[in-house]
Amino acid sequence: MAGATNVHRSIVTTEAPWVRYTLTAIALLLIGLFLVVPLFTVFYEALKKGWALYFEAMIEPDALSAIKLTLIAAAISVPLNLVFGVAAAWAIAKFDFRGKSVLITLIDLPFAVSPVVAGLIYVLMFGAQGWWGPWLMDHDIKIIFAIPGIVLATVFVTFPFIARELIPLMEAQGSEEEQAAMTLGASGFQTFWRVTLPNIKWGLLYGVILANARAMGEFGAVSVVSGHIRGETNTLPLHVEILYNEYNFVGAFACASLLALLALVTLAAKSFVEWRAEQQEAAARRDAVE
Amino acid sequence: MSRLLAAVLAAFIAVPAFADVTLLNVSYDVMRDFYKDYNPAFAKYYDAKFKDKVTLQQSHGGSSKQARSVIDGLEADVVTMNQSTDIDAIVEKGKQINAGWEKRLPNEAAPFSSLQVLIVRKGNPKGIKDWNDLTKPGVQVIVPNPKTSGNGRYTYLAAWGYALKQAGGTDAKARQFVTDVFKNVPVLDAGGRGATTTFMQRQIGDVLVTFENEAEMIAREFGRGGFEVVYPSVSIDADLPVAVVDKVVDKKGTRKAAEEYLKYLWSPEGQEIAAQNYLRPRDPAVAAKYAKQFPNVKLFGVSDFGGLQKAQKVHFDDGGVYDQIAASIAKK
Repeated sequence: MAGATNVHRSIVTTEAPWVRYTLTAIALLLIGLFLVVPLFTVFYEALKKGWALYFEAMIEPDALSAIKLTLIAAAISVPLNLVFGVAAAWAIAKFDFRGKSVLITLIDLPFAVSPVVAGLIYVLMFGAQGWWGPWLMDHDIKIIFAIPGIVLATVFVTFPFIARELIPLMEAQGSEEEQAAMTLGASGFQTFWRVTLPNIKWGLLYGVILANARAMGEFGAVSVVSGHIRGETNTLPLHVEILYNEYNFVGAFACASLLALLALVTLAAKSFVEWRAEQQEAAARRDAVE
Repeated sequence: MSRLLAAVLAAFIAVPAFADVTLLNVSYDVMRDFYKDYNPAFAKYYDAKFKDKVTLQQSHGGSSKQARSVIDGLEADVVTMNQSTDIDAIVEKGKQINAGWEKRLPNEAAPFSSLQVLIVRKGNPKGIKDWNDLTKPGVQVIVPNPKTSGNGRYTYLAAWGYALKQAGGTDAKARQFVTDVFKNVPVLDAGGRGATTTFMQRQIGDVLVTFENEAEMIAREFGRGGFEVVYPSVSIDADLPVAVVDKVVDKKGTRKAAEEYLKYLWSPEGQEIAAQNYLRPRDPAVAAKYAKQFPNVKLFGVSDFGGLQKAQKVHFDDGGVYDQIAASIAKK
């Protein structure tokens, strides 16, 4: 086995060892400079004046309300996109219909559009000068500069994550299993619940993790529709900016470290899910061989 | 597990006990610190006088950006801006404030004023003494964007006015002078706070042009050792106006509290808090008491430009003089 890899390598890479090591070193240096050092700085700045101030910054009422709002926004937008993403991927991967490519393009739209534009779309629609603004005002319904607007903006920017994750997976799996289930007399729901869902569950989980990370971290779109009322419409990323602008660097970095922690947890969860998915695939292959 | 979840949810859902009146004050960047002191003082006064609790909410950002949010429906009870044009914009575009707002309170509805000063690094290594030093090659000037920030607009007008007041000053010369100043600007932040952070935290630039009261904030946050304040030979008198948002207070039924909130700014207590935050007070007694911290500077008003509204039209609207200057700089 060891010999095989050696042979393998010498065929693929003909560069001298020093070239290989230099390239590797440059790559590691860049990763260290652009990823590890900034991440370390966030925690360093947050803890610079001790743990007491660090925790004080987090349990301060405005910070708590920002955390709460961030969780609410994620808790509403992720399930919404979960339902939508599965439905869209299911329709696109398993069926053929007119306008399919248009639907795929639409799903990708939030990736292509700048988040600021996404926020402005909602201001133009629901703002006091917007299309429905006067009607909303008359009925005392607040959309932008309130929680609904923040949720809408978050839903928009996280729209593609789950669908984009599932479509290639479902397309690769094909529809033979579903067809078999149907011929055996399963209903549409039974087919979905017992055949499709188990097949895609790891991909789905992966999509949910990514969508959640983006939902909690979104800045641009949310900033446009927030109105920045302290303790009311500030999400965690917006709160970080405010604290930073107030020269409250410990507070800003403490809250930023919370977001960084979230990113690290997301990465760990993502690796775990990938690892499980791979394992399952390997097991499935073994079963097939046997 | 489920009990823990329930406890967490309960903690989050529990809303702080609602006070009788809630006012939202939509303000601009560098006023954070003043209202941090003023809000509790006013709440105490209001409670004592009317036996009514008032909760104050704040929103901060670049002055014009904040005005834009109010026009788009941010339900501010009062707006406290750094330029009357921002309030005029709300009157014109959003119609949430009735015309004639500046007549409803004394001093054209501006409870205090500030002026543009030059902030330089310790020891003033580039020897900056006046506006003309900002045009020297090799001097980096930090100014917020005049398109989005009143702070930036005052700087622009102050530089223009200075050039106009020099011997043989003409509009053409003033324009060239302002162009030379903005040629030395490496970054344009959207608001005054962003510019301060660029100068003090990121240590970019040789001179920061900002409001006098912001200089005091820098001293409090970064210590007095890192910089010096230079008062130029002339500067612009920046009135900082306030207004009740009629449409919102009438809908919410908060007019009385909102009007009291603004009126109290002219009270001796309000004026004193202003002076402590390095805003130049209107009250003669308070002004005399704090005279030492406000050096005499020759000031000209925006009336030299035919009023702020006209200045806005000529200089800062799309396609105006500032846009032309920015385009001419970008070309080089």
